[in-house]
Amino acid sequence: MKPEEHTRRQEEIAGWPVTIETYKLGDVYHCTIANVDPGARFARADGSTKEEAETRAIEKATRYLAQTRTFPTT
Amino acid sequence: MPATLPTVLVTTDWVAQHATDANVRVVEVDVDTAAYDQGHVGGAVGWNWTTELCDTLVRDIVPAAKLEELLGKSGIGNDTTIVLYGDNNNWFAAWAFWQLKLYGHEDVRIMDGGRKKWLAEGRDLTTDKPNVQRKTYKTKPVDNSLRAFLPEVQQAMKNKSAALVDVRSPQEFTGEILAPPGLPETCQRGGHIPGAKSIPWGKNCNDDGTFKSFEDLRALYAAQGVTADRSVIAYCRIGERSSLTWFALKHLLGFKDVKNYDGSWTEWGNLVGAPVEKP
Repeated sequence: MKPEEHTRRQEEIAGWPVTIETYKLGDVYHCTIANVDPGARFARADGSTKEEAETRAIEKATRYLAQTRTFPTT
Repeated sequence: MPATLPTVLVTTDWVAQHATDANVRVVEVDVDTAAYDQGHVGGAVGWNWTTELCDTLVRDIVPAAKLEELLGKSGIGNDTTIVLYGDNNNWFAAWAFWQLKLYGHEDVRIMDGGRKKWLAEGRDLTTDKPNVQRKTYKTKPVDNSLRAFLPEVQQAMKNKSAALVDVRSPQEFTGEILAPPGLPETCQRGGHIPGAKSIPWGKNCNDDGTFKSFEDLRALYAAQGVTADRSVIAYCRIGERSSLTWFALKHLLGFKDVKNYDGSWTEWGNLVGAPVEKP
């Protein structure tokens, strides 16, 4: 099968830049979200539509990113 | 282009043509262990780095017997050409590559660009697992010249006997964050090993996920004083990003003495009394 409707874009979630990648394989849309730096995939979801898959993945990403703490560097 | 390049990197085209060859086994290894099930290269088996490429009791690399079982059930013999690929520009493909080299596998390669490039090119994916004929595999004694342990890293910090390369993001290097955004914190202190150079792993790669050219890589490291005549130790958080840098230095640039410190920041950043530099 060839993946269809493959998209890849950058957005900001909870103050962090992320890459959102989605494609359809068969009847299922797969969405994964990675932080831009260093590029680790940390949230993913499937759905019967692109919107459903992305909404679910973004919900997870928002939850995980909200737990990322920052510290002073000096 | 150095002679080492063609033997350790294969293109997506090459994989499309040879993935099901009798003596080739393609293996997907992802950070996201479910990515394989979202579609993979036809004929590829999937390995889970959290359970299959480590010792799950003691913190260590995969034990020899466990690796022999994994390779055998993957249809891999000692003379099989193993082609690794994965997400995040091959982070854990490089982790698997490093461990296979530790155990002496001769012919192991990485698909340049990994899953990202394969997907971007709209190539075929399947969710079917291949029918694999089991083989017998025998590992060689571990080659620890490719691996740095804590005492050697401490010595390198003190006497500058090796260049320490921190491949994490700048925000991790400075201690602004303790783990990549969205991932659990796994250390008590942020910052870096005193004297380490910050050369984030992503600088090894082009936008399409492929490795940069020999000249670009050499210039990248030379600019930080990391040259072929020096011993080098690369580290990150848990040792997978640094295995990608280890791969680039050892197998693309041909550096003689490069080690991956797989204890990395989850070891150093949790040690009582260990010196930490910020920013």
